[in-house]
Amino acid sequence: MDKERKVVLSLKNLEVKFNVRARILRAIRNVSLDIYEGQSIAIVGESGSGKSVLTKTFTGMLEENGRITNGEIWFEGQDLAKLQTNKEWQSIRGNKIATVFQDPMTSLNPIKTIGSQISEVIMLHQGKSPSEAKEIAINLIKRVGIANAQKRFYDYPFQYSGGMRQRIVIAIALACLPKILVCDEPTTALDVTIQAQIIDLIKDLQKEYGFTTIYITHDLGVVANVADTVAVMYAGQIVEIGTVEEIFYNPKHPYTWALLSSMPQLSERGTELYTIHGTPPSLYNEVKGDAFAPRNPYAMKIDFVEEPPFFKVSETHYAKTWLLDPRAPKVEPPKAIQNLHKKLSSKLGVNDR
Amino acid sequence: MIKKVFMRLIYFVKNDVRYFFKKINSMFRNKIDQYQRAKLQLEDAKIQIDPELERKIDNKELPILSLKNVTITFGSGKKVFKAVDDVSLDIYKGETFSLVGESGSGKTTIGKAIVRINPLTSGEIIYKGRRISGKLSKYEDRFVIRNIQMIFQDPAASLNERATIDYIVSEGIYNFKLYENEKERVRKTEEALISVGLLPEHLTRYPHEFSGGQRQRIGIARSIIMEPQFIVADEPISALDVSIRAQVLNLLKKFQIERGITYLFIAHDLSVVRFISDRIGVIYKGKIVELAESEELFSYPLHPYTISLMSAIPIPDPILEKNKKLIVYDPSIHDYSEEKPRLREIRKGHFILANSKEFIEYQKKLESINTNQA
Ligand SMILES: Nc1ncnc2c1ncn2[C@@H]1O[C@H](COP(=O)(O)OP(=O)(O)OP(=O)(O)O)[C@@H](O)[C@H]1O
Ligand SMILES: Nc1ncnc2c1ncn2[C@@H]1O[C@H](COP(=O)(O)OP(=O)(O)OP(=O)(O)O)[C@@H](O)[C@H]1O
Ligand SMILES: [Mg+2]
Ligand SMILES: [Mg+2]
Repeated sequence: MDKERKVVLSLKNLEVKFNVRARILRAIRNVSLDIYEGQSIAIVGESGSGKSVLTKTFTGMLEENGRITNGEIWFEGQDLAKLQTNKEWQSIRGNKIATVFQDPMTSLNPIKTIGSQISEVIMLHQGKSPSEAKEIAINLIKRVGIANAQKRFYDYPFQYSGGMRQRIVIAIALACLPKILVCDEPTTALDVTIQAQIIDLIKDLQKEYGFTTIYITHDLGVVANVADTVAVMYAGQIVEIGTVEEIFYNPKHPYTWALLSSMPQLSERGTELYTIHGTPPSLYNEVKGDAFAPRNPYAMKIDFVEEPPFFKVSETHYAKTWLLDPRAPKVEPPKAIQNLHKKLSSKLGVNDR
Repeated sequence: MIKKVFMRLIYFVKNDVRYFFKKINSMFRNKIDQYQRAKLQLEDAKIQIDPELERKIDNKELPILSLKNVTITFGSGKKVFKAVDDVSLDIYKGETFSLVGESGSGKTTIGKAIVRINPLTSGEIIYKGRRISGKLSKYEDRFVIRNIQMIFQDPAASLNERATIDYIVSEGIYNFKLYENEKERVRKTEEALISVGLLPEHLTRYPHEFSGGQRQRIGIARSIIMEPQFIVADEPISALDVSIRAQVLNLLKKFQIERGITYLFIAHDLSVVRFISDRIGVIYKGKIVELAESEELFSYPLHPYTISLMSAIPIPDPILEKNKKLIVYDPSIHDYSEEKPRLREIRKGHFILANSKEFIEYQKKLESINTNQA
């Protein structure tokens, strides 16, 4: 990483466990990650790999049955892993670190008007009067691309479509002028046009205010657009991290290979889409060796025995796979994702007109 | 010592009694289930589809589902809002028909109208020759629910947070007694869960204990367990990671091939829509603006809204994506003051919303694309 840049958030050896009816689920397994000021980092990875839980550790939103059992989270000279009560979290959550969730309904109050929900946040976080807050709120509603903001201010969430609700949630998050904006699947409910607008909006605001964004998304197209850095997660760990170009054009971890191979853009009509065989390991049990090994066609003996360390590929690029060990045989990434740029250019070329 | 033995004894007796009650209970329940099942079957038999019609639907001579001039409004008096505006559509058996369009354009509203959640303001919906919109009798209503299922867009909002996964997934077959006995109910439930990539051990868990993608798959499991003929899938894959998305799509495809299921697919991910759809309808502000076979639409998009929509598709390549040019749609370019537009067929199976003047322009454009490619 760029040494000049300032670290805003630093996760060290983080571990999160959930109590599920007398059983223990280890959702985050020893994750360390530095996030830099103004950075735009995307976290990708299989469903259930711990992307949301990881970000919940520093937004104070971990469910009651979950707790941080090890590690540190440094933010503004404070170890967030030590915070306990809601009161202690108050100055951080939704204020300095705000989240836009994948499910808009869970973040909106169904029995309050949209306008009052946004105004409330503005009054609370920016200390404005009700009339000032209303004006700012209407402006925000407009900025997230909703027509008739004056009138829509008084509508209730159910009167908005799925995508519109999501834009409101984004408006609320932005209303707090956060230092870090976590977007958990921010645009999954949106059509591509609005998605593109929202992403541009977040990018513009990021330039304007200089906040850091953390995107969680399954859409590799969105990743390609928004991210300067990409972290790939598997079974509660980060298994590869690099610049967006390094991850797309020079991926090193077999899970990243599989992930890229699953893009529908690489398949032919009438054929089956590529899928990764098998299922991720149960996090109730101790994971031995490389968690991806049982599904990895390139797995070696050692993968089943010992957990790989991070190997350095470049200053900005690290991957946690034994394939990078000097003793490992040299293997090429799957054909499907070699020369990705050339392939996609020619495949999608028809749309250029 | 004596106390210990005594406790043991009590323990055994307790367990026996418990077992006994459980057994009675399940016998009883099975009896009630069987009775209700027979009753429902008798009523369901009232609906007979003419075999000749069935044959024509199977041969795709007739659509399995039609929307006829469907208009849906919300609100009343001055505040009436038209969410769906005179939409007509034919969907054929075994096909995947996709609806794409901007947020708020009325896609979900159409889906919900088909499964009878949203009432129509005017027009009608026909399934296998029967009207399924408007007032229906109880058994007709059940006919619709059994045949047509919807996978909902908002996975968290559509799952009862207080119910176990077991209950949520088997609710439909439980209500309609679509199983012989408790054993079969459990088997069906487990199968549905496994088919969406979840595990039987998940049955006793609650929705909030799952990740977003897992919840979405629970929503899929509870629909397919009903073995419907027609599925409205509203953004069924948007919260899924690419690999599970591929699994689910392959799965939906497999059901389609095996059981001839028809899909109305609502999705914003056009790269997936292109891949899986037979035909695509593009909807803008409650109106269909263009409709064609998938490859036709992607190769010859004509309506400016379609073109704008396609320009926004995210490309999973940092260089291409960062240099992508968005084309913005400006609805004011249409001058409909003199002549209103209607959906016209510009080429076999390719429809476009246009008035006569625009239609001529679109024809010219189509010709020029063709000559350019030749
Ligand atoms: N409150 C909870 N109780 C028990 N287990 C939980 C809880 N929250 C999450 N988990 C489990 O922790 C793991 C990680 O979940 P997380 O929500 O972080 O996944 P994710 O990577 O965000 O997936 P998705 O892409 O599907 O949203 C999963 O196995 C999930 O089932
Ligand atoms: N129950 C309701 N009451 C009032 N207005 C509604 C209601 N349901 C939907 N609408 C409005 O109808 C329009 C269409 O909504 P719909 O949910 O069908 O959109 P959509 O195409 O599914 O959008 P998205 O892609 O965002 O899910 C929107 O303007 C919405 O605000
Ligand atoms: Mg998540
Ligand atoms: Mg919708």
